[in-house]
Amino acid sequence: MNIDMSLVDWSRAQFALTAIYHFLFVPLTLGLSFIVAIMETVYVTTGDEKWKEVTLFWMKLFGINFAIGLATGIIMEFEFGTNWANYSWFVGDIFGAPLAIEGIMAFFLESTFFAVMFFGWKRVSKKFHLLSTWLVAIGSNLSALWILVANGWMQHPVGMHFNPETARSEMVNFWDVIFNPNAVNKFLHTISAGYITSAIFVVAISSYFLLKSQKLQDFAKRSILVAASFGLITSGYNILTGDSSAFTIVHDQPVKLAAMEGLYKGKKGADIVAFGILNPEKEVGDKKEEFLVSVSIPRALSILGYHKLDAYIPGLDDLVFGNEKLGIESAASKIEKGKKAVAALKAFKEAKKANDMPKAKAALEEFRKYEKYMGYGYLNDPKEIVPNVPITFYSFHTMVGLGLWFFVLMVVMLYKAMTGTLSASKTWLKLALYSLPLGFLANELGWIVAEVGRQPWAVQDLLPVKIATTHISTTSVMITFFMFAFIFTLLLIAEVRIMATQIKLKAQGGHNV
Amino acid sequence: MFEKLSTLALQEYWWFIISLLGGLFLFLTFVQGGQSKIWSVRNEEQKDLLINAIGRKWELTFTTLVLFGGALFAAFALFYAVSFGGAYGLWMAILFSFIIQAVAYEYRKKPGNFLGQKSYEAFLLINGTVGIFLLGVAISTFFTGAAFKLDDMKHLSWLGSARGLEALANPFSILFGMMFIFLARTLADLYFIFIIEDEEIVAKMRKALRVDFGLFLVFFVAVAAMLLTKDGVGYDAKGFYIEHYKYLHNFLAMPAVLVAFLAGVVLLVAGVVVNFAKVCRRCFWLAAVGVVLVGLSLLLVAGYNHTAYYPSTADLASSLTIQNSSGSRNTLITMSYVSLMVPFVVAYIAYVWRLMDRKPLDEDEVEHDVMSY
Repeated sequence: MNIDMSLVDWSRAQFALTAIYHFLFVPLTLGLSFIVAIMETVYVTTGDEKWKEVTLFWMKLFGINFAIGLATGIIMEFEFGTNWANYSWFVGDIFGAPLAIEGIMAFFLESTFFAVMFFGWKRVSKKFHLLSTWLVAIGSNLSALWILVANGWMQHPVGMHFNPETARSEMVNFWDVIFNPNAVNKFLHTISAGYITSAIFVVAISSYFLLKSQKLQDFAKRSILVAASFGLITSGYNILTGDSSAFTIVHDQPVKLAAMEGLYKGKKGADIVAFGILNPEKEVGDKKEEFLVSVSIPRALSILGYHKLDAYIPGLDDLVFGNEKLGIESAASKIEKGKKAVAALKAFKEAKKANDMPKAKAALEEFRKYEKYMGYGYLNDPKEIVPNVPITFYSFHTMVGLGLWFFVLMVVMLYKAMTGTLSASKTWLKLALYSLPLGFLANELGWIVAEVGRQPWAVQDLLPVKIATTHISTTSVMITFFMFAFIFTLLLIAEVRIMATQIKLKAQGGHNV
Repeated sequence: MFEKLSTLALQEYWWFIISLLGGLFLFLTFVQGGQSKIWSVRNEEQKDLLINAIGRKWELTFTTLVLFGGALFAAFALFYAVSFGGAYGLWMAILFSFIIQAVAYEYRKKPGNFLGQKSYEAFLLINGTVGIFLLGVAISTFFTGAAFKLDDMKHLSWLGSARGLEALANPFSILFGMMFIFLARTLADLYFIFIIEDEEIVAKMRKALRVDFGLFLVFFVAVAAMLLTKDGVGYDAKGFYIEHYKYLHNFLAMPAVLVAFLAGVVLLVAGVVVNFAKVCRRCFWLAAVGVVLVGLSLLLVAGYNHTAYYPSTADLASSLTIQNSSGSRNTLITMSYVSLMVPFVVAYIAYVWRLMDRKPLDEDEVEHDVMSY
């Protein structure tokens, strides 16, 4: 098979572009929908009109964000077909199901009750309106569940087998796909990250109001009370789910884990790097030091991965070159077996076409012997299994650092809101305001860790990205890449400006506009 | 329950669901039709009224399109790979028009919207005309097919010169696209009559209905005549073959589908014609049911009765059928259980629709609602 690497890279770039843009808006939708629902619940239960004012303002910002999330979301679903046709056929039997369920279960819930949430204030009862707001929040989060089930399957394919007759992977157990530990952890970690981002969003903008407007003191304090409580609970939970996510990665994606930790040489009682600067000259297999500077937590990685002080964590050198003593197979050996699987599959298809059944049977037996290495058969160099280490390492560590900061911020803001000392704490209000972009940054970094860290695979160990693309001209993809880059950037600028204007108008007038 | 069905029955069941979604989507394109008419009114207040009327429904159309794609991916993944991967130019153009639609309602009148109100209104117009036309062209390829080949590993080679946009040179596809535009506009006229409390607008829409429906009829009759006299690709155990009058034969071989198609046409015509004589708000629903039935039956004719629903004009053997392009039996069974949720979903949509539309929309409500578009 001829592979045009420039086509692969442009297809990758286009998907990364749309995913990065889409993932700017999704986390806010996930969390803000619940924050608004909580605020409206307080309004409906207390009948206090001030809570309605709070609800309406944040609902308006939710709507502005929701629209652009839809705009960037539609292209992502269809891009699996347009740019990843081979992928769509190879895994469509498994991957398509969660996407369709997402449509049936989540999208209709969101879109139907969204209209009530925004335009139903005078058309339905208070209680039905509240129910609609909650259903929009549930729908948004169900949508995340199904897409992350699909993504979790790509990280750790389960519940399937490869059918040589149809040349694709087919689902054998739906429940295995849904309850894939990788998917469950990914879902819980991702949504809780979205909740924190939303909490920071509300706390940051409310802090701005406290700094700028005397009229909005009450409005801002109410908003912070809800958002900081929500943010504190979810950031604590996010730290726990981060731990579970790392545990599954240790077992399912050891190469990704090694890249996340910059671990080249495996060791017993492996440390976690709390802070480090990678040696830029370091490559897999050489003797150079891994870090220029580092501060580590002793044995923490072994504890995290195996809950044992002296568990062995393989490094990139082990995973690329193998480690006979520990029974770790080299990538070269896997590639060799993979090529045998690919050749046997081809022989099987040819024999079937020629109606040569004995030959087909023999080829199929050979294929089954090496089947689990098939994905490796499309690789040429053992080092291809290593993702970009600096991007994965720095993204991971920055994300973790930000996650810890968010926890501290939420504790302080909630404490100050409850003790009535918030307005006097100008420094903390400014820190909260400046943290606004950090929530979005942390989400993007998490996404980069998940997706860059699993390269070169589209489906872990089964399908390399370079085999998954649609065979079209690179120019076609370049054109659509720039087209999307242009329109998404325009729309992002529009969204930010609209939000900023709404916030400024609120700060000036004190009423919803 | 579904385990007892044969694989062919499961494939037919899923093609039925896809067809039903297609029919529902066709009905919901009244949103696009409405977008193409926002400049037909006298002043800004009336324009706001039209936009807010369809703006409360646009997400349902958008979602149905997304689900149509998702269901095809789950049940007929090979079509998803071949059509979307092959007709890249055509699908990208369609998607682009839906991207700009998604923000247009919300951003149009917001202060600081960067591109200006007119740009967002232009986005609505593009989606409501070009977008819906191209979608019609894409749907027409269920009958015209495309030039592609598949190898043993199902790797796709697309031989069309313009990645799907070559369909724009096919008269049948162009007529199909035009039919979509004027059907959407006809449905929009009926929806505005149904939902808007403004005599002037209602009178204007009743007048426009004659033109929009008249043009729709011209394109519809032309499409129907071409379809019924058209060759199609059939298949049996020996392989694929060209069959003259394939779609006419399909209608005759499946009387229930023929009855659904004819009933759909009658309901649509009735829904429109009554409004010629007097204002009939609820006639929108007659036309809606009619359009769903027409869309459903057309897609059933494309895929049932041993018909290739996506014929390859370059290599007949590569043509896609509901049998050779479907998901595995296990996936179809699993998804069939999921499909049992569809009636529940339709029920709550209908309930909410009724609740939200029980009172007509007027300028006063739009003006005083802080959430208005």
